[in-house]
Amino acid sequence: MNHTTQHSFEPKIIAFVCTWCTYAGADLAGTSRMQYPANVRVLKFPCTGRIDPVFILKAFQQGADGVLVSGCHPGDCHYIAGNFHARRRFAAFRKLLEFIGVDLNRLQFSWVSAAEGGKWVEVVTDLTEKVRAMGPMVEFKELALEEQWSGVIDTPELKEAYNAI
Amino acid sequence: MSRIGVFICHCGENISRTVDVERVAAEIGKHPGVAFSTDYKYMCSDPGQTLLKKAIQEQKLTHVVVAACSPRMHEKTFRKAVEAAGLNPFLCEMANIREHCSWVHENMEEATVKAIDIVGMMVERVKKNRVLPTITVPVTKRALVIGGGIAGIQAALDIADCGHEVILVEREPSIGGHMAQLSETFPTLDCSQCIMTPKMVDVANHPKIKLYTHSEIELVEGYIGNFQVTIKKKARSVDEDKCTGCGVCMTKCPQKKIPNKFDQNIGMRTAIYVPFPQAVPNTPVIDRDNCTWFKTGKCSVCQKVCGPGAVDFEQQDCLVVEAVGAIVVATGFDLYSIAEKPKGSPIKGYGEFGHGKIPDVIDGMTFERLASASGPTGGKILRPSDGKEPKQIVFIQCIGSRAREKGISYCSKVCCMYTAKHTMLYHHKVHDGQAYVFFMDARTPGKSYDEFWRRSIEEEEAVYIRGMVSRLYQKGDKIVVMGSDIAVGVQVEIEADMVVLATAIQPQKGADTLAQKLGISYDKYHFYSEAHAKLRPVECATAGIYLAGACQGPKDIPETVSQASAAAAKVMTLFSRDKLEREPIVARVREAGCVGCFACKKVCAYGAVEEKEIRDRQGNLIKVVAYVNPGVCAGCGTCQATCPSKCVELDGYTDEQIIAMIEAL
Ligand SMILES: Cc1cc2nc3c(=O)[nH]c(=O)nc-3n(C[C@H](O)[C@H](O)[C@H](O)COP(=O)(O)OP(=O)(O)OC[C@H]3O[C@@H](n4cnc5c(N)ncnc54)[C@H](O)[C@@H]3O)c2cc1C
Ligand code: SF4
Ligand code: SF4
Repeated sequence: MNHTTQHSFEPKIIAFVCTWCTYAGADLAGTSRMQYPANVRVLKFPCTGRIDPVFILKAFQQGADGVLVSGCHPGDCHYIAGNFHARRRFAAFRKLLEFIGVDLNRLQFSWVSAAEGGKWVEVVTDLTEKVRAMGPMVEFKELALEEQWSGVIDTPELKEAYNAI
Repeated sequence: MSRIGVFICHCGENISRTVDVERVAAEIGKHPGVAFSTDYKYMCSDPGQTLLKKAIQEQKLTHVVVAACSPRMHEKTFRKAVEAAGLNPFLCEMANIREHCSWVHENMEEATVKAIDIVGMMVERVKKNRVLPTITVPVTKRALVIGGGIAGIQAALDIADCGHEVILVEREPSIGGHMAQLSETFPTLDCSQCIMTPKMVDVANHPKIKLYTHSEIELVEGYIGNFQVTIKKKARSVDEDKCTGCGVCMTKCPQKKIPNKFDQNIGMRTAIYVPFPQAVPNTPVIDRDNCTWFKTGKCSVCQKVCGPGAVDFEQQDCLVVEAVGAIVVATGFDLYSIAEKPKGSPIKGYGEFGHGKIPDVIDGMTFERLASASGPTGGKILRPSDGKEPKQIVFIQCIGSRAREKGISYCSKVCCMYTAKHTMLYHHKVHDGQAYVFFMDARTPGKSYDEFWRRSIEEEEAVYIRGMVSRLYQKGDKIVVMGSDIAVGVQVEIEADMVVLATAIQPQKGADTLAQKLGISYDKYHFYSEAHAKLRPVECATAGIYLAGACQGPKDIPETVSQASAAAAKVMTLFSRDKLEREPIVARVREAGCVGCFACKKVCAYGAVEEKEIRDRQGNLIKVVAYVNPGVCAGCGTCQATCPSKCVELDGYTDEQIIAMIEAL
């Protein structure tokens, strides 16, 4: 019965989910014995509103190749509006990530309700496949390996920005 | 140094079939900080829990991780077991290796590696867990009910019958609300007064109910279980304790031509008055704007005739403070005014319908007063302009409601039914009359409702015209109503004697101000918002505050009463305990670092964040910081992710705990 899936690269996916909707949706996928790639590690939060963008950066820095943030559907938040705050926060955060050159395909946001075991499987499978095709995320790992920043303003862009102040 | 105990469950074979549990236990055993690691067939079983408790004591464990099913399944079980063994329950975490691992993967190697990761993550997390005390707050077992319509009355009676004291605050001089104004009620056509007044009297006589009429809420402080409410008792000019309700004053008052709001201004009252004969309490009140004494300093006839000497021109507004543990808001609705476009109303006006200019264009509530046996016409349907009986009457539904371009997109819900009722009452009273109804759709869900509506057509001969009215105007003593019948595709023109508009149900004026005092939320129309549309329909998001009746959205009487009883049940659930115990997953502010930007306060949907002054020993203000009230905080953590100075922390989900988990990967 055990079959080994042979892939050259197994991405590491970290999922930040809320307890009430997505965590419960993932539980449902389990009780329904649905199958999905074993690459995902789930971190549970009371609400997506609790998820600090820093956690996402931290995850990439720790070697995640893809990050998933998932909570209740708009309007269904257990805490009334936490997911709206999260949505607003992440809209801005995505821009920042884009600016610093992270391929946004590595970061996925989704709404998965407690009744959507199937959707959880779909979202996780899609993200895993997508990130697998993209290959390992090296940018942040390289950054993490680099020495601390020297404090020298040496790129032309930074110089220009600095002089403009 | 922590001594963590890790317990890997086989769950029969549910986990062990795809996860090599022994290998997981062995690998985790090597993890720094782990003092004890084992696997067992059924951790949740009695012997499983005993194994856990024994290990805690014998191995002197400081933290526990149970790797088994979802925490949504057994977190409570294991935390209880841990507590029984003498550890703080929040030093125990579960690693979900069943729903999130063994059940969703087939490959043993992959599943085992994942399980080791999951357990490792939880081990790192639990190291950072802190002892959390259970939070308890005392409960004052007295309830405040705001609004004395049928909703407030029902809620107050239910709570009081259960033995708890109730403070009922009503803005008007009498309780009763709109239901007291109705003639007969759908779907059974029983007389509203007959079913309403006994309940009003019950309220007045109930030893557990303290009634404040002609009063308003001034200030609400505190939180669930512990509210302090300041009530303003407006001056009545009549001493309630002395007044016997004989009514002599009213017969002698020279001001007799003041339009009575209770009769929709078609009946008249005196300056010292009770709004209607069955008013509760039946103590009169002086309308100071219209009283000769207050205007000119002369008269005082009422004072002279009052036997017990109850009339008191000197009376002042006064404030009383009541301590309560729960609040039921039941402030009901108002009708969109056709007389003049109300200020601040989202509706853009209905000038084309005569808008208060044509006296015989009235609203539904005015029709109720005309049809009421105790109304100004004694129950006869007569035109306000000349007192003649209308032989042709036109009812127009959806005035204001369901007209996005006019301002309101919702359905007022009761108009289809009360218009059907009006056609019946009309037919019962004016046998040779003809009723026409312009309607968009007939919306009659509800027990015996559709049958009732059909009866108005099939037995009471009302003519229903599907379509809207484009214009109406006065022609001699007739009102010409022009509209279209979209079912047949023709224009219709009716020369009517009277027109009744089913105007939109809106929240009470001042609903927003009251909401701000209570700290509850409302929608763009100012209807109050429930915590969850489906699962918590009678609770506000603000703990300890409940909703009943039409203040939450248009409702008929059966629905209003159901919700009121449900709200009462919620209050009684709260009052069933002396102390409130709650999960200590609440946010805490690090005051030293807080800069008082109150970004947290803005995002908190529960109003849990307060402003706290920090003073030095001399009492000089140093700074104002945020303070999270643990009785109110729901534990979502949105404030923490928002705080720019990282000074709010959600217990149980601290940055430390989460970063530790991420770093474990
Ligand atoms: C024309 C018409 C006919 C109807 N006919 C029927 C029918 O036949 N059958 C049926 O089932 N339903 C009928 N209804 C619906 C029915 O009137 C409502 O369902 C019912 O009155 C709602 O009760 P309530 O207590 O929520 O609100 P209300 O009756 O509006 O009572 C609210 C009370 O709160 C008080 N209040 C408001 N604000 C404050 C404040 N800030 N402080 C203190 N007190 C305050 C008000 O003075 C009032 O007494 C009809 C409605 C209309 C408009
Ligand atoms: S104020 Fe005096 S006269 Fe008026 S009802 Fe009360 S007791 Fe009677
Ligand atoms: S955790 Fe949520 S409910 Fe508690 S104070 Fe913060 S924002 Fe408000």
